[in-house]
Amino acid sequence: MKTLKILTGVAFVVILSAFVVRSINPNKIVGSGYGVGDIADDISLKNIDGKMVSYSDYTDAKGFIVIFTCNTCPFSVANEDRIIALDAKYKNIGYPVIAINPNNPASKPGDSFEAMKQRAKEKGFTFPYLVDEGQKVYPMYGATKTPHVYLLQKTPKGNEVKYIGAIDDNSRNASAVKVKYLENAVDALLSGKTIKVTETKAIGCSIKA
Amino acid sequence: MLIAHRKYKQYYTFVVMKFYTFIGLLLLISCKGGNQEIVSFENLEEDTPFITVDYEGLEAYLETSEAEVHVVNFWATWCKPCVKELPHFEELRAVYDTEDVKVILVSLDFPEQIERLTHFIEKWNIQSEVVFLDDGDANTWIPKVDVNWSGAIPATIIYNDEKRSFHEQSFTYDTLEKELKLFL
Repeated sequence: MKTLKILTGVAFVVILSAFVVRSINPNKIVGSGYGVGDIADDISLKNIDGKMVSYSDYTDAKGFIVIFTCNTCPFSVANEDRIIALDAKYKNIGYPVIAINPNNPASKPGDSFEAMKQRAKEKGFTFPYLVDEGQKVYPMYGATKTPHVYLLQKTPKGNEVKYIGAIDDNSRNASAVKVKYLENAVDALLSGKTIKVTETKAIGCSIKA
Repeated sequence: MLIAHRKYKQYYTFVVMKFYTFIGLLLLISCKGGNQEIVSFENLEEDTPFITVDYEGLEAYLETSEAEVHVVNFWATWCKPCVKELPHFEELRAVYDTEDVKVILVSLDFPEQIERLTHFIEKWNIQSEVVFLDDGDANTWIPKVDVNWSGAIPATIIYNDEKRSFHEQSFTYDTLEKELKLFL
């Protein structure tokens, strides 16, 4: 009986350590905010047209391409055309782009509501460009920089986070892109396949709270 | 000049592992291949006040340094908080110059706007070594710098042979010096 007890104890430790190793997996992006598999709360943020936007407004959507971006970060600017192209490609098949500007205009005057309206007009944004007033939403997501992408899929549980990170593998140079991480993830969701790469990293501008 | 460019011109080396030792097991696994490669430092013919490297080149370059403590700051000329804290790194370099501390400013400027970097270095008379990291595949190298780095700049690593610390934040001179002193 004593041997059995010891064996059970050893087994318990082994199982426990497996969980510990899992939880300190260095591949996991550490930090607060949503991880892949979490359910994202709905939002209610002001768009540049003055109207409030929520995920629940989109009854036909299968999910959302949520992008924290802004006017002033050169990496965001370098990705504007790519974001417009993403909306054109995926809006009508269920995954519209929702852009959220997380920067506090008091710290970044170039990210004021007026400046956002102007930039959206200049570039012909086809998607909502929302103000994170009071900088309340981006910390919930755990966004740290612009641009920073969260791909959500509507599920019976709510909007599930399926992918976090970069648009592609070269934010500085669109013509040198080899892997389109975000498109691969959306395509996988559309075809009911598993997303191969669920988290990526890119250089971006720290969010100005 | 900032560094002896010629010294690196035909630089032929193992892709060195030492830098990885600060980073931990994950990276030991990822560089298990340990392949021998020619590390090229581009733009050496051009008279730029910085060297241009890809990530492997950056690692090899850091490996050639014999300083005891390295302070490596990731920045860009267009990054306001980075530019704001840059004088603190310059001051740190000046104050600790005799203590075998090396400050390296790794620029993430856009390759097509690289003259901005040259102008910036000249205009502000930057004395710390500047390395232009021309490596678009950030998803591969960001976790190699630090697994906790989200990719936002400014970001700084401080390391010696025994330990390292990573900071995704802006520094004042006092907070920067305080972190450095933990290594002295």
